[in-house]
Amino acid sequence: MLELRDISKTYEGQLLLKNISFKVDSGETICLLGASGSGKSTLLRIIAGLELPDAGQVLWDSTDLFSTPVHLRDFGLVFQDYALFPHLDVFNNVAFGLKMKNWDWKKIQERVTETLELVNLSSFENRKVTDLSGGEQQRVALARALAPRPQLLMFDEPLGALDRALREEVLNELRLILHRTQVPAIYVTHDQEEAFTLADRILLLHDGEIVCEGTPADVVARPCSAWAAKFLGLGNVLEGVVRSQAGRSQVETPAGRFRLTCEHKHSKGEKVNLLVRPHEARSEANEIRGKVVDISFQQNQFKVTLENGLYVYLKDAPQIGRKITVKVVVECLG
Amino acid sequence: MPLPINHGDAGNMDDVKIHLRNFASSWLNARVLLWFFPLAFLGVFFFYPLIRIFTLSINLGLLLEADTLHIAYNALGFTFYQASLSTLITLLVGLPSAYLFARYEFGGKPLLRALTAVPFMLPTVVVAAGFNALLGPRSWMQTLSSFFFPLSSAISFQFTGTLTAILVAHVFYNTTIVIRIVGNAISRLDPKLEQTARSLGADSRRVWWHVTLPLLRPSMLAASLLVFLFDFTSFGVILLLGGPGLATLEVEIYLQAVKYFNLSLAALLSLIQLLCTLIFSVIYTRVISRSIVQTAQRSPESNLRKPKSLCEKFFVASAVFLLSAFFILPLLALPLRSITRLEADRGQRGEVQTGLTADYYSELFVNRRDSVFYVPPMQAALNSLLYAGGTVILSLVLGFPAASALAKPTRLEKILDPILMLPLGASAVTLGLGFIVSYGRLLTNPLLVPLAHTLVALPFVIRTLQPAIASIPDRLRQAAASLGASPFRVWQTVDWQILRRATMSAATFAFTISLGEFGATLLISRPDYPTIPVAIERFLSQPGGLNYGQAMAMATLLMLLTTACILMIEKLRLPGTGEF
Repeated sequence: MLELRDISKTYEGQLLLKNISFKVDSGETICLLGASGSGKSTLLRIIAGLELPDAGQVLWDSTDLFSTPVHLRDFGLVFQDYALFPHLDVFNNVAFGLKMKNWDWKKIQERVTETLELVNLSSFENRKVTDLSGGEQQRVALARALAPRPQLLMFDEPLGALDRALREEVLNELRLILHRTQVPAIYVTHDQEEAFTLADRILLLHDGEIVCEGTPADVVARPCSAWAAKFLGLGNVLEGVVRSQAGRSQVETPAGRFRLTCEHKHSKGEKVNLLVRPHEARSEANEIRGKVVDISFQQNQFKVTLENGLYVYLKDAPQIGRKITVKVVVECLG
Repeated sequence: MPLPINHGDAGNMDDVKIHLRNFASSWLNARVLLWFFPLAFLGVFFFYPLIRIFTLSINLGLLLEADTLHIAYNALGFTFYQASLSTLITLLVGLPSAYLFARYEFGGKPLLRALTAVPFMLPTVVVAAGFNALLGPRSWMQTLSSFFFPLSSAISFQFTGTLTAILVAHVFYNTTIVIRIVGNAISRLDPKLEQTARSLGADSRRVWWHVTLPLLRPSMLAASLLVFLFDFTSFGVILLLGGPGLATLEVEIYLQAVKYFNLSLAALLSLIQLLCTLIFSVIYTRVISRSIVQTAQRSPESNLRKPKSLCEKFFVASAVFLLSAFFILPLLALPLRSITRLEADRGQRGEVQTGLTADYYSELFVNRRDSVFYVPPMQAALNSLLYAGGTVILSLVLGFPAASALAKPTRLEKILDPILMLPLGASAVTLGLGFIVSYGRLLTNPLLVPLAHTLVALPFVIRTLQPAIASIPDRLRQAAASLGASPFRVWQTVDWQILRRATMSAATFAFTISLGEFGATLLISRPDYPTIPVAIERFLSQPGGLNYGQAMAMATLLMLLTTACILMIEKLRLPGTGEF
């Protein structure tokens, strides 16, 4: 079981990671989700042992890994650009880790065949890696990391170089494989769809800190900050001022006045962030209204943008220029 | 000439078609014209001489003579021996240097990199004179050692005339090739490959053995082959720094042709030389084409870092120190020696006045009766400049059409490209010998020299102009034309603006090559029309401190002139265009 305690790292005078602590249980898949530059790749490199933290500890089964070099940690790594060995064929790429562990030849052959079957690349053994497609290369990289049965698998934006359709396909396979092999995994990405699909638990990284943590459903249902709600694209984020707090709070915003219950009690005149969920909710008291300025079709509904900048998803498209009123869910943020 | 498409009656399709057809056929004629002069030039001054050499060398009687076989066997053996040894030592010096440049950041790095590249462009006579001034019989080192050990003659050492001198000069010349080719490969290695290997359980030794080395092997092989090729065909260094018993094929060709007038044997040796060069070039091309493609290449910057551990700091500091010393000392010893008197001049008796002097330079303008020339030595500089000017004009006149044709080659023209580059593969001495055996009667004509120099310079001129011409997008010309520019104005405002730099650069290349050309010139130049390198060679081979000093002075002038040219080429290099 992996545990991180208060990991901090500065890079060229700037604080890149601040007191990061979390655990990964056996069989669990963790997604580190964050914008580029949030320090998530650096965190991965620290766990792998490719970089050392300025402060804090990386522990495996309660043993500090500080003095354990990369090649003895037994953590598999998969990079975005695959990093396949161009001078070796598919078989020898996958066999590399097994050779480094001095397995005997027969066992290596068995294991390589078995692993290539797992990633649906049987019969690719003698192909040159430079001749493979992006998706196939990514599967070879996965097989290579899986073959030596690592204690932990780490992925650094592994699907970033693939196009959308292929990404979905590989993503689903990856989910099944991780589930089947029960290897604990840390998956770094900036793509929330990937994170929602794969993760047992999501850690949202912002400015070097973990700002939210929870299952994908938790993170969507209870976004922990205005930044998180915006980053995850959960709806309209508005800033407002509390006007009265008898029973339900009344909050004044540029887009109108809303009545809602907040977890924390707010005093009168205090500023709060609101999340206006962009779906029609018939039994709600709050509503948004305005003139329609833009409509675009997305999947099976219309994204309707109003004059005041708010957007909402509707089943039927209204006419541009018409004034509409939509009942919506409004929540307090953070 | 009417415009190919007349906009006035666009409806008349037949007219348009006829115009187009005329345009196409005149276009075809233009292409043929582009090729005619460069190919004719090569035919007359390169291929015909080669054929003459070939026919001369097929001489069964000569082939079976014991002496012939002995000379050829010895020359070939020594050529291989010194080239292999030189390559090995160059690798030993070059690989750590390549690693230094590819992996570490340190102060003065661009300067040191430029410094290691300078010798490659310097004329062989300058390099030879530099080492002579540093370690030769009248050198700084000799003076130093006799100053510290005045009575012991055992301490005095010999440098010139030994294999060591040849090896040192070759390493001095070619280290930059290893630094460039292997250093490039090291800095483009994807660090993630090594990181992945480590995460898969490989310790640093196994990472090196199983990942890094296999990925660098092609570039190491390519660099070795190229260095070997240069060492194999080296002439000036061996003639000027080597001595009796140290004759390579090149030197033997020169000796047989000029000293013993045995043209058949010279031709036979030339043929052997050509065959060897051809074989190495083919192997080199194969190695290049087989090099491994990495899936993702790093930008070179991401591999750079400052030395951190004590071990790294020691490596960087000592490597920088040794490289600087090795590359600065010969180039510094030369100009200093040219203005310092260290020994008695001819005819001087008694106490020797050591100290600064301008005599060696002022002597260059004097025509002494007992001098090795019939003319003041400065005349040689004038000759060199005239020859260089001629080479520039001729190689541009021939190079421009060929480069324009190669900028957008048809399938047939792609075959012609390597033919234009062929003179690069023949050695300078072979070119000179070819002139002697084909145009021996014309040898009294000093015009032959710029012709020979053009042969050497033409491939470089074409390789400089071609990418510049190809880089001009047609759309730019079309845009200019649609804005109302006449064809001449289009050429003037679009093409010329882009080609100006490349033309200057090509001209400077031709100029530099002509100034420093030694091998061919030594064979074909007339005694009363020497060039600077030939004059230096003669001064060096004459006894006396004054002759030696004049050699130093002329070599210094040549070095300064060439360095100025190199700097100019560097400045003119278009951003993003490759290196030779």
